[in-house]
Amino acid sequence: MRYVTRRVGLFLITLWAALTVNFIIPRVMPGNEATSVLATFHGVNPAALHALQIEFGVNVHENLVVTYLQYIANCFTGQFGLTAQRVPVLTEIAGKLPWTLALVGVTTIIAFAIGTLVGVVSAWRRGGKLDGILPPMLFIVATFPVFFVGLLLLYVFAVTLNWLPLSSNYSIGATPSLSLSFIGDVLTHAILPGLSLVIVTAGLWIYSMRNNMITTLAEDYVKMGRAKGLPSWRIMTDYAARNAILPNLTGFAMQLGYVLGGSILVEYTFSYPGLGYLFYTSTTDHDLPLMQALFLVYTLAVLVCVLLADFLTAGLDPRTRDA
Amino acid sequence: MSTAAIASEAAPVEPIIATREQGSTARFMRAVLHNRKATAGSVILLLIVLISAFPGVIARDDPQAAIYGQDLGPSWQHLLGTTQLGQDVFSQVIWGTRLTLIVTVVVSAIATIISMVIGVTAAYVGGLTDRSLSLLTDIFLILPTLPLLIVLASYLPPGTVTLIVVLTLTSWAFQARQLRSQGLSLRARDFLAAARVRGERTSYIILVEIIPTMTSLIVASFLGLSVFVVGFAAGLQFLGLGNSTELTWGTMLYYAQQGGALEAGNAWWALAPGAAVAVMGAGFALVNYAFDEIGNPALRPVRKRRARTTA
Repeated sequence: MRYVTRRVGLFLITLWAALTVNFIIPRVMPGNEATSVLATFHGVNPAALHALQIEFGVNVHENLVVTYLQYIANCFTGQFGLTAQRVPVLTEIAGKLPWTLALVGVTTIIAFAIGTLVGVVSAWRRGGKLDGILPPMLFIVATFPVFFVGLLLLYVFAVTLNWLPLSSNYSIGATPSLSLSFIGDVLTHAILPGLSLVIVTAGLWIYSMRNNMITTLAEDYVKMGRAKGLPSWRIMTDYAARNAILPNLTGFAMQLGYVLGGSILVEYTFSYPGLGYLFYTSTTDHDLPLMQALFLVYTLAVLVCVLLADFLTAGLDPRTRDA
Repeated sequence: MSTAAIASEAAPVEPIIATREQGSTARFMRAVLHNRKATAGSVILLLIVLISAFPGVIARDDPQAAIYGQDLGPSWQHLLGTTQLGQDVFSQVIWGTRLTLIVTVVVSAIATIISMVIGVTAAYVGGLTDRSLSLLTDIFLILPTLPLLIVLASYLPPGTVTLIVVLTLTSWAFQARQLRSQGLSLRARDFLAAARVRGERTSYIILVEIIPTMTSLIVASFLGLSVFVVGFAAGLQFLGLGNSTELTWGTMLYYAQQGGALEAGNAWWALAPGAAVAVMGAGFALVNYAFDEIGNPALRPVRKRRARTTA
């Protein structure tokens, strides 16, 4: 139980840190980015403008502590102000969220499954054919920048072979509906961005899973399982893999932040209109309110997944339950 | 990987142990030379260093001069074609190496030093210091790197210094955690107790007694960081958050993306700098991977025969 409480504590503290970073950056950075951006907001909803002024410390004459508390309160009630296009920040984000969530969610699950499976099998049949080819190859590919893999796929499959669309999330003119043809259209548009993410991230999982598995296979309880005459697959899954997967779950935190960062670059490469592309346009438009809200969304996404991974670890590893 | 390669990689295990009396540098060089991954990685990195030192020898064209035909395909005059503005792409890749390498090495070096000081201090001093430094590390570990980079870079004036500052600030945490756990394992050693009895200051013990024993881990941290920094620096510039007047592979990618290089049929303009980033990252990664194998004998490739008996 103490393990879980400690992780929830870390969750809250990190969330607080992210909120505070957002509050501090506009105040300590040189130049008056925020002032010049907010100066363009004429005649907008006064409540939204006030929320922005509090966030960026422009035209706020109250005491810093009061402003800070007000800012935190605004964040928890979802008052992030308006984008440069005068749309509420939250509306803008909510519209793009499903695209990124689906893209990143599905590709992470696929990459994790492939990576773990290949890692387990290649460590189990160490020195075999699979172990000789896939892990070294995918490990090198994993160090490639995701946008390079994206550009390469884009060049081969969209430009040269013309099999798949160049960009966007569905064809121009298609009306979003639940029809099969529309869903098919969405999927064909998601293949290349998704594939880029899977290719780059699967290698990381393979690498760590294989190494954990090799260490675990040398343990005495694995030998014990063999001595008892248990079937190989049972030793591989229940004895070795179950223990080898634990560091991978806890490593999820760092990896997920990496995957999310990768998704920003992928969405930009493929002009895929999700949160990442919105992030990119927010920097080119100097849309600071949108940009900072997006930073919080990404942080929150990582935090929630880290917490889920922690709960899963607690479930799988009895040692953490009473540690 | 072929059987022959596996056998040749397995061979150096004995000599490394046998020559323990030799200097650690000699032992290290021997290990590197016997490891195929390390050799490949070192050759790549050496070439990159040479190219960034003498770019003019390889590419005579002025990389920024827009004086050639626009969007030309590869030819003997322009090995990788020209950009939309009529600059030589090959020349840009070669001349762009230097700043790309400098940013990577500087960021990785500073971040390694920060992670070393924070990680080892947390481990050695312990108590409240450890708890607060570990908390700081955990927070930076969880905050998503690229979004944080984008926010920071958007507020600062674009340029190499900004790039170095923001990348350093966001990349030290992972290594700090690793160095902390290594430091914890050293804490109870006798030589540290001896130093304490001699009455040495904590800063002396950390800098002179502990850190030198962790050299190999620190080098591995530097290499691991470099792999990520190459990619993140290029990614940030690719998004247009670098200084677009400076010539690096990342800014080349930015211009290629803005100019629709792929759609215009000028694939090399985008793919060449992308491949260059990938090769540099792979160079660091190969050496780092080999380092893991040298440091952790369990991970070294095994001979076929032994693999069969365990399977």
